[in-house]
Amino acid sequence: MSGVRVLVGTRKGAFILTSDGKREKWDVNGPIFGGWEIYHVKGSPVDSNRIFASQSTGWFGQLIQRSDDGGATWEPVGNQFKYDGVTGTHQWYDGTPHPWEFARVWHLEPSLTNPDEVLAGVEDAALFRSSDGGENWQELSGLRTHGTAASWQPGAGGMCLHTILVSPKDPQRIYVAISSAGAFRTDDGGQNWRPINHGLHSEGLPDEDAEVGHCVHRIAFHPSRPDTLFMQKHWDVMRSDDAGDSWTEVSGNLPSDFGFAIDVHAHEPETVYVVPILSDSEHYPPEGKLRVYRSRQGGNEWEALTKGLPQSNCYVDVLRDAMAVDSLDSCGVYFGTTGGDVYVSADSGDTWKAIVSDLPAVLSIEVQTLA
Amino acid sequence: MIRVVLPAHLKTLARVQGEVTLEISGELTQASVIDALEMKYPMLLGTIRDPATNRRRPFIRFYACEDDLSHESPDAELPEAVRTGAEPFFVIGAMAGG
Repeated sequence: MSGVRVLVGTRKGAFILTSDGKREKWDVNGPIFGGWEIYHVKGSPVDSNRIFASQSTGWFGQLIQRSDDGGATWEPVGNQFKYDGVTGTHQWYDGTPHPWEFARVWHLEPSLTNPDEVLAGVEDAALFRSSDGGENWQELSGLRTHGTAASWQPGAGGMCLHTILVSPKDPQRIYVAISSAGAFRTDDGGQNWRPINHGLHSEGLPDEDAEVGHCVHRIAFHPSRPDTLFMQKHWDVMRSDDAGDSWTEVSGNLPSDFGFAIDVHAHEPETVYVVPILSDSEHYPPEGKLRVYRSRQGGNEWEALTKGLPQSNCYVDVLRDAMAVDSLDSCGVYFGTTGGDVYVSADSGDTWKAIVSDLPAVLSIEVQTLA
Repeated sequence: MIRVVLPAHLKTLARVQGEVTLEISGELTQASVIDALEMKYPMLLGTIRDPATNRRRPFIRFYACEDDLSHESPDAELPEAVRTGAEPFFVIGAMAGG
């Protein structure tokens, strides 16, 4: 019987939530790695039993954990993330040059075809790859040594590479996003990169249409259309139909176009989800109402999804990696909040229920759809 | 035999309870203790020293014989009582976070 396994990264450990295909009754397992920050947990699309987790604290640094039995047991694997060659500098908050310093792994992206291969997006921004199940990591340094890199600056959360999308149609094409440098694309597997920020407009920049420097919060695509991208920028929800070469704003009637999370329906490539947040200084939903907004037209026209979500006195945030979809026939949509709630909709967003509440602040959500 | 006390999270990671013991021949220093510790428990690699600099992480402290040795040279000789096993070498996760 089909089922789902929801992988939750939180401020103080990981949790694994499991259910059958109805997604009504849930088992909650955790905390795993209690007390550690778990920025991301993601399973291999090739082998659902293989799961990678990014585990860190300010005390003990970065670890990578791997499970080969669906999360029942874990083994630490390689945690040496060494920048390749000359480290170089980026701009610090005050505009001075600052050497690249490894802080943590924000995002793990297992290969679509090889269970031993996984990409890691790190802070300070760089992309690493392991070809041996996470034991050893090599930097794809063409990104960090891009000609614009010396001008990149960190966002408030650090200069993190938080989004990695590999095209299912052409694995040599990879998109990444960096706060706050912007979005980049490689068409040769990571050797050469180009900024893909044309059409982004950021009022916080001296040149509002700059080639780099935009605070991209998250990018998503539908696997069947990997050249159509949806972006939640610091402000503005954007869309590209040419693999990021150009962007147009599709914020439309959203109550706020600030936010972090964005995702695409598993079976409807033009159905997009966002969670509007009031502003960049007020990281909570407008009017204290937790609302997911869905567009069935690929943007511009959005409907509020509220049934089952708190509609008063709700002042949580939904972070960039904290939304995911399953691929069951009736698409499930999931998101987690900084208040420690994990919500599921088993009907594409029409109705919602909390799977679990009062976890530590949720940093990331991924879903494995199990046969 | 050198006795080492680890903070709770590192004991969990190393899958040990209580003190750990190390055999170290030659100079007994912070560096040689951590080298031996990482050799015996490779999952601790990078958790006590930053792998990029090989320096003690900012929120890690080293104590022994009621002294804070954190700011001593990593290559300075440790007290004789640590060498004899009369006193343990403490790896401490500093109190921090408000």
